[in-house]
Amino acid sequence: MSDTLHPAPGGSSRGGPTPADRGLPTVDISGWTCPAPLRDQPRVVMGHGGGGALSAELVQQIFAPAFGGEILAQLGDSAAVSLGGVRLAFSTDSYVVRPLFFPGGCIGDLAVNGTVNDLAMSGAKAAYLSCGFILEEGVEMPVVAGVADAMGAAARAAGVEVATGDTKVVEAGHGDGVYLNTAGIGLIPAGVDLRPQRVVPGDVVIVSGDIGLHGVAIMSVREGLEFGVEIESDCAALGGLVEAMLAVTPDLHVLRDPTRGGLAAALCEIATASCTGIVIQERAIPVPPAVANACAILGLDPMYVANEGKLVAFVPRDHADAVLEAMRAHPLGAGAAIIGEAVATHPGMVVAGTPLGGTRVVDLPLGEQLPRIC
Amino acid sequence: MKYLDEFQNPELARRLLDDIRSTVTRPWALMEVCGGQTHTIIRHGIDQLLPEQVELIHGPGCPVCVTPLEVIDKALEIAARPDVIFCSFGDMLRVPGTDRDLFQVRSRGGDVRVVYSPLDALKIAQQNPHREVVFFGIGFETTAPPNAMTVHQARKLGIPNFSLLVSHVRVPPAIEAIMASPDCRVQAFLAAGHVCSVMGTGEYPELAARFRVPIVVTGFEPLDILEGIRRTVRQLERGEHTMDNAYPRAVRGEGNPAARAMLADVFEVTDRSWRGIGTIPASGWRLSERYREYDAEHRFSVEGITTREPAACRSGEVLQGFIKPHECEAFGTLCTPRSPLGATMVSSEGACAAYYLYRRLGTTPTPQEASPVV
Amino acid sequence: MCLAVPGKVLDIEERDGTRMATVDFGGVVKEVCLEYVPDLRVGEYAIVHVGFALQRLDEESARKTLALFEELGLLQEEFGDPWEAAAEPPRWEEPGAGPAVAAGDGAREAGR
Repeated sequence: MSDTLHPAPGGSSRGGPTPADRGLPTVDISGWTCPAPLRDQPRVVMGHGGGGALSAELVQQIFAPAFGGEILAQLGDSAAVSLGGVRLAFSTDSYVVRPLFFPGGCIGDLAVNGTVNDLAMSGAKAAYLSCGFILEEGVEMPVVAGVADAMGAAARAAGVEVATGDTKVVEAGHGDGVYLNTAGIGLIPAGVDLRPQRVVPGDVVIVSGDIGLHGVAIMSVREGLEFGVEIESDCAALGGLVEAMLAVTPDLHVLRDPTRGGLAAALCEIATASCTGIVIQERAIPVPPAVANACAILGLDPMYVANEGKLVAFVPRDHADAVLEAMRAHPLGAGAAIIGEAVATHPGMVVAGTPLGGTRVVDLPLGEQLPRIC
Repeated sequence: MKYLDEFQNPELARRLLDDIRSTVTRPWALMEVCGGQTHTIIRHGIDQLLPEQVELIHGPGCPVCVTPLEVIDKALEIAARPDVIFCSFGDMLRVPGTDRDLFQVRSRGGDVRVVYSPLDALKIAQQNPHREVVFFGIGFETTAPPNAMTVHQARKLGIPNFSLLVSHVRVPPAIEAIMASPDCRVQAFLAAGHVCSVMGTGEYPELAARFRVPIVVTGFEPLDILEGIRRTVRQLERGEHTMDNAYPRAVRGEGNPAARAMLADVFEVTDRSWRGIGTIPASGWRLSERYREYDAEHRFSVEGITTREPAACRSGEVLQGFIKPHECEAFGTLCTPRSPLGATMVSSEGACAAYYLYRRLGTTPTPQEASPVV
Repeated sequence: MCLAVPGKVLDIEERDGTRMATVDFGGVVKEVCLEYVPDLRVGEYAIVHVGFALQRLDEESARKTLALFEELGLLQEEFGDPWEAAAEPPRWEEPGAGPAVAAGDGAREAGR
């Protein structure tokens, strides 16, 4: 039976002679960089909206070249723009969540808090939001009212005004009940300049609390996966927490809210954009047991699960303790923890120390996280 | 989680590692057969913590990775049909067929759904009596009983619109094939614990004796893996070669008789092709004559689809430890995690994919990587 | 092959003629098919894979395995003589299993 396997190393039944045998060069591993083929997806797949490598490619290969402009090239969650002598943060985000109502929230508060948080990651306090409703023909009116009420409540809680809006209806079967888009603007305080490019080796990485809650809450009610779990989405507006952090020092280097793609995607994006390495210690990352256990069943990694009320901050070492203290004094930062630091080695890469004392590379997820069986 | 967390204890891991270090006196090549074990090893950085003499060869035990290209192409063909709801475990969606994957089928209108359990697919069939529901029945002896039970239920409950696309594989013939290949470097096996939970340990003493290799039934948590390695190394150092059960909390000698009886009823042994390796005689299961009407290949007449695997891929040699991933001419050029050619690049735990990540990191090679291939 | 995790049976019922259980995985609850481990009782643990209990988890074995790991280290640390570890091999160890051949290098950190 052995001859049904490769008969011999080096020259195989299908592979033929090795490259060396044929006088071809072998792959030189040193100095080798990712040669991932570009634009090899003929159509949009779900992963293009997953916040991972596919999303990034879509922006870098199609949107950024088409739009041009230096601001977009920074690829932040929100843009810092100057207008009439003031610095504004400007952001937009669309929301397509199924189911519309989930433990701990609904698409309405998600749409408000998401955009408020994107602005907060520029250091800005959100001032005004716009709101676009795309409704599916046939959706029940109480559903729309429920979503709108949740938006109003979230806006009041975040201290932001929904100032303008729009409604469109699409034919039945062409939408999941309700899609939302919100855009927002806010003022960036003087002296605040939050960009990955400001990260330097030695910066301390802080996460504001338990990770993975939103993603696990959503998965628990998703068709085909349903499970019972007593946790809720962490959906919350982070403007107040950011304000408290900036009160310690305006010299924070970068903030990111680790939404789709989770903490891993946020860290990978910062590592890439800042050209620094990042080292984190897995043990230091706050993961609630229910999140860890749900991930254990589904074969997921909590670091890749979405959050909607958390931020990750890169803080100069001298200010780290004071910033951490200020975060812990705020209700949304009570579980804040230092999880790692920026380093000069392996620029662009995120490496995690495992609880056993080993290391692993934390890579940008390709697309959406999928339960695995092996 | 109880009985999970205890087996991740870093202090006990250190003790096991110390014991392994104090036992090993010369180089040994061990193969962990199961992809789940490979996952634990990479996830916890265990390979870096072992003494340099212990080399782990990542075996062919990832059912997702070894599902042959031909079966993937059949799945894609079936999933693209407008009358079909195609259900699958999450990790199969990204596995590429010849020219697309299931995500791309979905982007062209195919109804492809991720489920946690085959019973969820059966439920979907009950809810959609006018559509054909096909479940992608992949996996080793662990996953075969759930799939067998689901087909059995479909018949018992009279659900005619359910069928199974079967590509089940069996571990012992793979071990036998690996050992029988003339240049095999593997000196011992960590057998897959959960396969043995079902099948028991009866098949291994004969294999251990015939090929004079220790076979240690091993669990999946870090301490389980270390204990499997510890017992294997102890046998090797003492010149022994027996079957040993290092996972007694989940594995009994007789396995699970009820599950084995169901397997014998629903399936029959057949030759199977393993992606990147080739055909291994009697290494798989197909539906037995009694259940043939539930075979999606028959129902959708896709038996005629035949596919040749890419000639450039040498993952079979990688899986058997003949070559290191970067010695394959396609590595990093034709074959990347974004567009994998073979089994070992498909899964993030595959040897090639893991190698790809660490090469980018530019770390000093682990002892395993640095050791020359004999 | 195979992500399977231990869960505790909370509740058992027949559904469509199938034996099903509610199983708790540390605060996460899933419906699990018990057909393959029909004698499993409420309060016991099972190894669960894709919604099926595949084997009863032997709690006694689990404790013994952990106790062995504890012992390994302690004997080595306290006596520096791993031969002691084999003095009373647990009954489920294979016959003739021996101890480690040399004292552990306990001083070396578990990392490189």
